[in-house]
Amino acid sequence: MELQTLWFILVAVLFTGFFFLEGFDFGVGILLPFIGREDQERRALINTIGPFWDGNEVWLVTAGGAMFAAFPHWYATLFSGFYPALLLMLAAIIFRGVAFEFRSKHKHPAWRNFWDWSIFVGSAVPALLWGVALANIIRGVPIDASMNYAGGFLNLLNPYALACGIASLLIFTLHGAVFLTLKTNGEIRERSMRAAKSVWLPAVALSFVFMFYTYVETDLYLHLGINPGIIPVFSVLALLSVKVLLDKNASGWAFAMTGIAIAFSSATIFMGLYPRVLVSSLNPDWSLTIQNASSSPYTLGIMSMVALIFVPLVLLYQGWSYWVFRQRVTTDSHHEY
Amino acid sequence: MDILFLARLQFALTSVFHFFFVPLTLGLSIFTAILETAWVRTGNEKYLKLVQFWGRLFLINFAVGVVTGIVMEFQFGMNWSEYSRFVGDIFGVPLAIEALLAFFMESTFLGIWIFGRDRLPKAVHAASIWLVALGSNLSALWILVANSFMQAPVGFRMAADGSRAEMTDFAALLFNPNVWKQFPHVLAGGIVTGGFLVIAISVWHLMKGTKDREAFITSMKFGTIYAFIGTIFVTMAGHTQMQHIMKTQPMKVAAAEALWETENPASFSLFTIGNEEKLEDVFSIRIPRLLSFLAYNSFEGEVKGIRDLQAEYETKYGTGNYIPSIITAYWSFRLMVGAGTLMLFVSLLGLWKVSRDDYRFSPFIGALFFWSMLLPWIANSTGWILAEMGRQPWIVFGLLKTEQAVTPASVVSSGELILSITLFTLLYLMLAAADLFLIRKYAALGLEAAE
Repeated sequence: MELQTLWFILVAVLFTGFFFLEGFDFGVGILLPFIGREDQERRALINTIGPFWDGNEVWLVTAGGAMFAAFPHWYATLFSGFYPALLLMLAAIIFRGVAFEFRSKHKHPAWRNFWDWSIFVGSAVPALLWGVALANIIRGVPIDASMNYAGGFLNLLNPYALACGIASLLIFTLHGAVFLTLKTNGEIRERSMRAAKSVWLPAVALSFVFMFYTYVETDLYLHLGINPGIIPVFSVLALLSVKVLLDKNASGWAFAMTGIAIAFSSATIFMGLYPRVLVSSLNPDWSLTIQNASSSPYTLGIMSMVALIFVPLVLLYQGWSYWVFRQRVTTDSHHEY
Repeated sequence: MDILFLARLQFALTSVFHFFFVPLTLGLSIFTAILETAWVRTGNEKYLKLVQFWGRLFLINFAVGVVTGIVMEFQFGMNWSEYSRFVGDIFGVPLAIEALLAFFMESTFLGIWIFGRDRLPKAVHAASIWLVALGSNLSALWILVANSFMQAPVGFRMAADGSRAEMTDFAALLFNPNVWKQFPHVLAGGIVTGGFLVIAISVWHLMKGTKDREAFITSMKFGTIYAFIGTIFVTMAGHTQMQHIMKTQPMKVAAAEALWETENPASFSLFTIGNEEKLEDVFSIRIPRLLSFLAYNSFEGEVKGIRDLQAEYETKYGTGNYIPSIITAYWSFRLMVGAGTLMLFVSLLGLWKVSRDDYRFSPFIGALFFWSMLLPWIANSTGWILAEMGRQPWIVFGLLKTEQAVTPASVVSSGELILSITLFTLLYLMLAAADLFLIRKYAALGLEAAE
């Protein structure tokens, strides 16, 4: 396999890992003000993701770094072109990150309320904007011959991208709700279960809207071909099965399925994109591809060696941290945040 | 408004704010790890309480450091897309490795450390804070590998079409002499920042006569030794670094010294008011031969002046202005060195007090110890301002000018830049206020801090 393809896959894996992992902690953040009615409950909710969210966020940082190193033009065009959207996303992530640490450090209700809503906004905004960004990447944005973005902000807010944004917001919320049914007990768990069941239908509906709309707006299906393989099909089946599994009270399986739905639909989008990395709506020849956007073979080779050695190590200790904190969190537990 | 000016303002704002928090994270993580090790080894509850006390302050500070760091990573693509295209082949690599090797370790083990006290054996718990400290400091190392390429590019060739620099030698990048001159300075800067904060808060408690006197005496002892080692280390590393910069970026040193003409032997400026337009002194007090001594460990030796360097660069790189803002370089250098000198005195004074087991402070000495905690912040910020501003007009020395690196105005307009500067300024002011409020609150609460 050529190195560009390998690095396209690695960047895709990093973003997919980010959507899978940070996806559930975004979901928990979105549900926080609704499922957690009083302070102790909110603390329990936050503590379900307490040991993990920071490590999850590093998947994004690593994906960004890998993109910069392996495909500098992709990184440069995307982040300068999507400027206002990215600005909003960064502001959201900043608020959210400090909110976890700050909220418990002072007891005043207004203080806690402010940071709790920061967690909500800080989770909902990125959950929505990542969908918007992905949709625009596959739909195509105005990119000129010099690889520069030539559209405004409003160009990004087309109905198709907004539909994808709402779909991703709902799916992350579902993913978070299912995670909570796995990690909590008692009344919070019942509320999480109800939330998961009621978000499921809109999430499925919007996903279908998105899939149909994708056919109209993009060439994704053309790229995937008549037999798209099991990945896209399984992402749909996994999402559909969540309801059945929740009805059977099988939280673990339901979480695996929301995870598969997210991971496989992310993989589908990257498969449909390949070998392009950013589609130009002005002229197909101006699209950024793994060839014209990449670093030199030497750089990709060095990066491959580093990744080969250290990615397994990271997976090992991150896996271990999930094992250490596998217990359910209750309102009586000792809470750090 | 001018895109270049706004993009630079934005970068200065976000990086200086980010760097308010980073050195304390570097220094306090090691300090907390040392205390926790003391607890594991002695089983003395006093150490455990100190770990919790300093750990809380560490976490409050850490949160802001992390979130502002994410902005740094993305802003290269957002505001400096031409730069990203030009150096992505090289500069992106240490950034990606930082995330993979250091940032993952730091964040994951921080989660384990915060939540794992009741779940893990003591030694494993202590190991996790050491891994956090290692991760933070490794993070700094990789960022300096990236920054050193901007200061003194090595291990590359220009692409055939001249559009970008391509890496040819990763080892050269890693063993760039600039990295190994700069990293000890930054590492020690972190230790000093942590040490002086510990001294300040301990002295405050000892003066106020709050309970836990014994524990804060322990903090004072540890903190003083830590700060003293850091200060010695930071001064020596800074000296070595300056001698190195003299060779690689003589213009930076000349600007920091407001040395207009080449001199041999060269004098050190104690105080200069200069005219930047005419490149001459208005008023100056100089110590003869001292600059030569600092540069070459000998009272003889030529140090090149700004005029000669400008002429030299014009021959080498074509017509243009190769002189950075002299007033910025000159005063940031003096503030950094001045703060460092004061730190040396204060930490010696602390060492003297500690060695005599004297923990009574007159109001003046107490205030001196307390406010000295600001010195490392002044030195850290001005040090980076000198490093980055002194390199101008280059963004990558000798290869790419800052004006060529900015995102084209057709992609990011000045309106968007103004919007983002406003947004970040408001956000950062709010974060700083909340952070200061919490740090003060928990610093004052003492060891038995409730929620």
